[in-house]
Amino acid sequence: MNTEAIGMNVSKADSTLVTRKPVSRLGSVIFGGVSTSFAVLALALLAGIIVALTVAAWPAIQAFGPGFLTSPDWNPPAEKFGALIPVYGTLVSSIIALVIAVPVSFGIALFLTELSPLWLRRPLGTAIELLAAVPSIVFGMWGLLVFAPIFGQYIQPLLRATLGELPLVGALFSGPSLGIGLLCAGVILAVMIIPYIASVMRDVFEVTPAMLKESAYGLGCTTWEVMWRVVLPYTKNGVIGGVMLGLGRALGETMAVTFVIGNTNFLNSASLFAPGNSITSALANEFAEAEPGLHTASLMELGLILFVITLIVLILSKLLLLRLSANEGR
Amino acid sequence: MDLLARRKLTNKVALSLSLAAMAFGLFWLAWILSTVIQLGIDGLSLSLFTEMTPPPGAESGGLLNAIVGSLILVGLGTLIGTPVGILAGIYLAEYGRYTWLGRVTRFVNDLLLSAPSIVIGLFVYAVIVATTGKFSAWSGVVALALLVLPIVIRTTENMLALVPGSLREAAYALGAPKHIVITRVTLRAARSGVVTGVLLAVARIAGETAPLLFTALSNQFWSVDLNEPMANLPVTIFKFAMSPFEDWQRLAWAGVLLITLGVLGLNIIARVLFRAEKLH
Repeated sequence: MNTEAIGMNVSKADSTLVTRKPVSRLGSVIFGGVSTSFAVLALALLAGIIVALTVAAWPAIQAFGPGFLTSPDWNPPAEKFGALIPVYGTLVSSIIALVIAVPVSFGIALFLTELSPLWLRRPLGTAIELLAAVPSIVFGMWGLLVFAPIFGQYIQPLLRATLGELPLVGALFSGPSLGIGLLCAGVILAVMIIPYIASVMRDVFEVTPAMLKESAYGLGCTTWEVMWRVVLPYTKNGVIGGVMLGLGRALGETMAVTFVIGNTNFLNSASLFAPGNSITSALANEFAEAEPGLHTASLMELGLILFVITLIVLILSKLLLLRLSANEGR
Repeated sequence: MDLLARRKLTNKVALSLSLAAMAFGLFWLAWILSTVIQLGIDGLSLSLFTEMTPPPGAESGGLLNAIVGSLILVGLGTLIGTPVGILAGIYLAEYGRYTWLGRVTRFVNDLLLSAPSIVIGLFVYAVIVATTGKFSAWSGVVALALLVLPIVIRTTENMLALVPGSLREAAYALGAPKHIVITRVTLRAARSGVVTGVLLAVARIAGETAPLLFTALSNQFWSVDLNEPMANLPVTIFKFAMSPFEDWQRLAWAGVLLITLGVLGLNIIARVLFRAEKLH
């Protein structure tokens, strides 16, 4: 902190106070009022989004009712709309992303808090955080033109030959290797959310009291046992909060998914190799060209559904993280 | 195998997997960056900065209108979002830290921070584009400003909360009114942190595509009229990358390189700036 500058301010204030007339309260009142109203503005924004989307989606809500969620039709010329396929695509790609990202993020957080030499911690942590800063359009273009062809040519046949042979899960890994599709979108989403989950995990692992860890080490625990049996149970809420935060990101991610999910409104197999559609990719592809009326309203309703799902996930995430920091104070 | 050997083995396996996870994370960063640099440099040329976006199949062309459009949109979005965000952050840290309004606002702001940006685009469409009846750069600016807002609120509040209370008390003791204490003492002490937040916000919106898709749209031609659709880098990249034309894809890679360098550069500057201040 720059104490000299503050010292100067103080002495300046000192010399002017002598000659100045009594300080008016008006400036303070105005400043406080403006600050407060802007804070209220941020608060109103959330309500505004929900109201505006609901109003814009109203024709579709009236026309299709709750059946909107369960209908697989998406046929703009016939004005038949249902959210099942985009909602399925959003949920499935996000779940794939979590299945990959959670263990990897845990490994990264473990490495950064326990294994890495001190001098490497900061550069490696920064590198992982930079991965989060890469714009999603970059992930998208790279995913479509570089990753998807390699994925389709080498990884998908490999998965089909191994996991595809298993009973039950085999059906998930069958069908032609197109590269793009739900699985490809899930993998790219995983890479995008790893930095978010990993940095929350690292932060909560770091707040574990050193005494707890040292006691466990003192009893002869290995590093892994300290992490798995002591640190993880202690930080459970925070870890789940971080995972939910990553899930929130994955659900709402638009550009990367739009590039690689395949953008088709048909779904006739359980295979993860199949192309699909997500809420965000349907919006990105169709909204600007949608006919006013039911088509636009249905897309608005998709947006509303997405917003409500992400809000629920994020609220759970926040509550869990808050609970952890409340524990900290004890 | 006895228990001790088994525990040691488990430990070794787990720690190796952790090392592998770290390598996995770094591998993607390296792969993406190397591709972007390699393919982006191929597309770099002087004409990128002097010519407009071409129609498909044209001999030459650049991204001038998109680059300028992006600078205008991001610049105005930041100019509008930053002061509002700083003042709201001041409210949260200095006025409403322990009030219910402060708590609720902080919670809601954290939700907005992670809300999908495409929903912000839909909101601005419903409120501005649908009521004015046309796509315009202004609506894009509003969408970006709404994305800047929660980031700046959050960092401003966090940074102000770090300023020791004794500084405020010293200023109050000299008879300074609250707004003078905040603007001349606490905000100054937290300056570098607040600037860091603004830089991170700029980096975030510079690459945002989704909220611009239904607001600023895009424009194939030169336009600096804020009441008309305006070209911008992210949407142009989206359009060009999805196209089958090779010259368009080359331009898209060059655009991706520009955005990536800009965004990562801002992130690194923000970190260095913040750390330099913390060392004092």
